[in-house]
Amino acid sequence: MTIEEVIFYVLATGAGLGGVGVVLSRNVVYSALALILSLMSVAGIFILLSAEFLALVQILVYGGAVTIIILFAMMLTRVRDMPRAMNGPQWPLAAAVASVFMAVSTIAAVSSQWPGDTENPTVIPLRTLGDSLFRQWSVPFEVASLVLVVALIGAIVLAGREEGE
Amino acid sequence: MIPLQHFLVLSGVLFSLGIYGVLARRHAVLILMSVELMLQAVNINMIAFAVYFDPEAFVGLIFAIFIITIAAAEVGLALAIVLRIFRNRATANVDEVNIMKW
Repeated sequence: MTIEEVIFYVLATGAGLGGVGVVLSRNVVYSALALILSLMSVAGIFILLSAEFLALVQILVYGGAVTIIILFAMMLTRVRDMPRAMNGPQWPLAAAVASVFMAVSTIAAVSSQWPGDTENPTVIPLRTLGDSLFRQWSVPFEVASLVLVVALIGAIVLAGREEGE
Repeated sequence: MIPLQHFLVLSGVLFSLGIYGVLARRHAVLILMSVELMLQAVNINMIAFAVYFDPEAFVGLIFAIFIITIAAAEVGLALAIVLRIFRNRATANVDEVNIMKW
């Protein structure tokens, strides 16, 4: 077993355990912490896939912003005062659907004949990625920035306090 | 190096955990966290396919960048909606927000 495989299994275990914690934990704050564990492990997986830029963005956006927003929302919606039953009565159905999806996707991933080299990934340099992002994909890039602005203004309008409230 | 299938299986596991969370949880914020898990699984798939099969155009990498952008916008907007619902209805439990349910 090579060192890369060891790192992969450690990170995959972290991501999987974090995911299990997110969906099964009784305490919502533990859920949020498990989400952080899972997201940071996925950032490590991105580095293993030689996508360092995505790993950095992942840590900045998810580790910094998204989890903090989620914790704030938990605080503001007083999620701790909720009744003990965190899951709805439909949870056996949900477990069945998730198990079926997991089985089908695993079988499909392992047994498919992939057209190409599935052993050796190619390192894409950050310089090439930036060139492509700002030349070939510049219009979608600008649209994404517009989407962000619209979404954030919308969030302020929705969550902000109205006059006379 | 690590074979592609390892990443695909990890992604499938994360996605099914997200499916379970979205379907079983009752609190809107917890459902959003499960959606984040599913988006992570999709990102792993996108990047894995880009670096293994498509290193010339690497469309998957570009897609992953845009998915992270849209996910950030989605979290901000969705949590604003959850806060607004909580302020109006004093609950963030999706079972009780059934005004548009048939």
